[in-house]
Amino acid sequence: MDELKRVPIKEQEPVERIHNFDEVCLGYTPDEAAKEAQRCLQCKNAPCVKGCPVEVKIPEFIQLIKEYKFKESYFKILETNLLPAICGRVCPQETQCEQNCVRGIKGEPIAIGKLERFVADWFRQNCKFEFSKPQPNGRKVAIIGSGPAGLSCASSLAKMGYEVTIFEAFHKPGGVLYYGIPEFRLPKEVVEWEIENLKKMGVEFRTNMIFGKTFDLEDLKQEGFDAVFISSGAGLPNFLNIEGELLNGIYSANEFLTRINLMKAYKFPEYDTPIKLGKKVGVIGGGNVAMDAARVARRLGSEVYILYRRTEAEMPARKEEIAHAKEEGIKIVELVSPVRFIGDESGHVRALELVKMKLSDPDNSGRRGVKPVDGSNFVFEADNFIVAIGQSPNPLVKKAIPELELNSNGSIKVDENLMTNIEGIFAGGDIVTGAATVILAMGMGKRAAQSIDRYLNLKKHKNL
Amino acid sequence: MNEIFIKQNLAPNVWLMGIYSPLVAKKAKPGQFVILRVTQNGERIPLTIADFDNEKGIVYIIFQVVGKTTSLLSQLNPGDRVIDFVGPLGMPYEHSPEDKDYLFIAGGLGIPAIFSKIKMLHSQGKNIDIIIGGRSKENIFFENELKKYCNNLYISTNDGSYGKKGFVTDILNELLESGKRYDEIFAVGPVPMMKAVVDITKRFSIKTLVSLNPIMVDGTGMCGGCRVKIGNEVKFACVDGPIFNGFEVDFDGLLKRNSYYQDLENISYKEHKCKIGLGE
Ligand SMILES: Cc1cc2nc3c(=O)[nH]c(=O)nc-3n(C[C@H](O)[C@H](O)[C@H](O)COP(=O)(O)OP(=O)(O)OC[C@H]3O[C@@H](n4cnc5c(N)ncnc54)[C@H](O)[C@@H]3O)c2cc1C
Ligand SMILES: Cc1cc2nc3c(=O)[nH]c(=O)nc-3n(C[C@H](O)[C@H](O)[C@H](O)COP(=O)(O)OP(=O)(O)OC[C@H]3O[C@@H](n4cnc5c(N)ncnc54)[C@H](O)[C@@H]3O)c2cc1C
Ligand code: SF4
Ligand code: SF4
Ligand code: FES
Ligand SMILES: [Mg+2]
Repeated sequence: MDELKRVPIKEQEPVERIHNFDEVCLGYTPDEAAKEAQRCLQCKNAPCVKGCPVEVKIPEFIQLIKEYKFKESYFKILETNLLPAICGRVCPQETQCEQNCVRGIKGEPIAIGKLERFVADWFRQNCKFEFSKPQPNGRKVAIIGSGPAGLSCASSLAKMGYEVTIFEAFHKPGGVLYYGIPEFRLPKEVVEWEIENLKKMGVEFRTNMIFGKTFDLEDLKQEGFDAVFISSGAGLPNFLNIEGELLNGIYSANEFLTRINLMKAYKFPEYDTPIKLGKKVGVIGGGNVAMDAARVARRLGSEVYILYRRTEAEMPARKEEIAHAKEEGIKIVELVSPVRFIGDESGHVRALELVKMKLSDPDNSGRRGVKPVDGSNFVFEADNFIVAIGQSPNPLVKKAIPELELNSNGSIKVDENLMTNIEGIFAGGDIVTGAATVILAMGMGKRAAQSIDRYLNLKKHKNL
Repeated sequence: MNEIFIKQNLAPNVWLMGIYSPLVAKKAKPGQFVILRVTQNGERIPLTIADFDNEKGIVYIIFQVVGKTTSLLSQLNPGDRVIDFVGPLGMPYEHSPEDKDYLFIAGGLGIPAIFSKIKMLHSQGKNIDIIIGGRSKENIFFENELKKYCNNLYISTNDGSYGKKGFVTDILNELLESGKRYDEIFAVGPVPMMKAVVDITKRFSIKTLVSLNPIMVDGTGMCGGCRVKIGNEVKFACVDGPIFNGFEVDFDGLLKRNSYYQDLENISYKEHKCKIGLGE
């Protein structure tokens, strides 16, 4: 076998997968996983670990795979990463753990993410989740938002004996894992399994509960919560603020993906929520959200174009997603920027006027700027457009706690312990960092749990 | 939770339901709405909080059967539950303490959106006139309930079978032409009606508020599907509204956006009617 190459992983063929929402990557078999694990050099200084935001014990869990000790391997990962089946699927590994892998110098880095998900999937399919409840410590923590930050904070606190309640605005928990990232990249079954486990750990989920509307800080105090963790995400969709953006047929990626993932509009009329997509669709943006929207649109039968300001090389999306999108026949139009939408009599969008862009030399940070080329405007016709140019923090929380200190971009300001300017109220995930990644949100949730524990212990100590 | 407590038929295809939801009842304020789901495969639909009883924990909704989801809802009975019921959403109705004379105009299913406001203003001793309108006599409901809270109740029907023949705007026009003045006019109903009201009140420069009903998904400012043009700005009706200054609303744009899914909604409703044996 070629030591420099990864053990190939089975995927659904593009021609087949554009007709369904089943997962694209089919995962390793135990033998394939063990074979890939063999390539790991078990480096003493393990540079891969330094690339991982939560420092998964990579050589150790891979060694256990080599020995076919999958269960042990799972628990090894779990020591630092609470959601391996999810991170193994959606982490931008190529810029994190795998970027640092020594194997990557000459050949292909170890498929750390794929191995991680293999172990987690194997455990989910072959073992029962067991949890021996620790002695309750009599303290209650409220968590606002059930995305990865909230879930990981809940899990850590539950293990310390806290009584944890997660409040979620939607009717389903999971945050972006549920309503944002599509089924073919992250099956909802995986997310639901993690949530079921949290329930078994005693974590209470209260859905349809909107902080700032259904309940507020005063209610939490009255219910006897000792601390609060805010992990409400970056839910506010950015628009381009150009002419014609209210025309029918223009979706924010949030709306498009929520209709699809949360409301299952792709199964209309079996499910009641409608979605409408014509023959040709333009997706504006170059991040993970744009790729997801484009690939969903492809599966609904449309011809899809991604319209991006810079070039493919600068796209913030994961490389794997870009590659998958291209395999599925999605075309990338580089160096274009939207000017205005053009509609018809009935108020439906028909086209987007674009201007061509030019890359400038890299600035100090190494990022290349772009500027419009005068007089290069042209019209791009399509039946629908999906705007995927980022999300900002939802202002609901701020409205509910006016005294909460924010950063200039609307995100919540926290100290090194992730505590906000209000004592006993902590925050983490996208609401603090702005739109980031699952693993960062998860890491912050865990850190917040440790801070909350320290804070409450100290408070108790002082009161004695 | 979410149990239907009472159900009452108000007019053909119009139902009142009291739903047990103490959390929503506790926080509800006039002008706000809820989002509910009826079945596991169901969509989320917004309905105005017509009234609420904090002590009993009950939220009242009044809805008209216009498609699949409202039809499913109308088939539930006391003791049944809606699976999701979330709120209160949107910004509460605000009024300036100095204002004394109010005119409320409700066309079609506008009544739920004016009822709790009227009750509140009445309790503060304000002068309230109301115009309600419908196609025909059988479409007029809540007459007696409204009478309790106002000085004058004017009624119009398009076919003249009850009250004055014509539209609510005919009565409005008459009142204003005859010299009657109000500090604030609040209009809610079908988009063309609200637009027609504003066209008249603009001439008389009377502050006019409207309550908008764009298509919504989450109701928390997360999807932007409910965006409407207000003056030169784009607003999300679910968090910035649903009440806006009528002079600034782009009604034509709203009307177009509201019709976007009509073909699919019809498919959905037709299939549903066939299933329950009402199909043509
Ligand atoms: C389409 C898409 C694709 C992505 N792909 C990737 C990827 O491949 N890899 C990756 O690492 N990252 C990806 N991300 C980013 C990643 O999902 C986020 O960084 C991460 O989910 C943030 O976690 P969080 O817990 O902070 O917030 P979220 O996951 O946003 O969860 C916040 C939760 O809080 C709830 N909430 C909000 N306001 C309130 C309130 N007032 N009251 C109660 N509940 C409230 C929301 O409904 C939501 O459930 C993607 C994001 C999107 C949108
Ligand atoms: C803030 C707000 C308050 C409302 N209050 C009331 C009320 O008190 N009583 C009442 O009878 N109706 C109210 N409506 C309208 C109500 O939401 C729609 O009648 C309902 O969604 C129709 O669903 P359907 O499946 O039965 O009909 P469909 O056949 O699906 O739709 C019929 C029409 O209803 C509108 N509609 C459809 N889906 C939605 C949606 N998700 N959100 C908003 N509108 C939609 C569209 O204009 C559509 O053409 C309100 C709407 C809003 C936005
Ligand atoms: S959590 Fe993400 S970054 Fe860390 S090892 Fe796993 S895949 Fe790599
Ligand atoms: S750097 Fe690569 S080869 Fe070395 S231990 Fe980490 S995964 Fe294995
Ligand atoms: S309904 Fe989604 S933002 Fe208003
Ligand atoms: Mg419907």
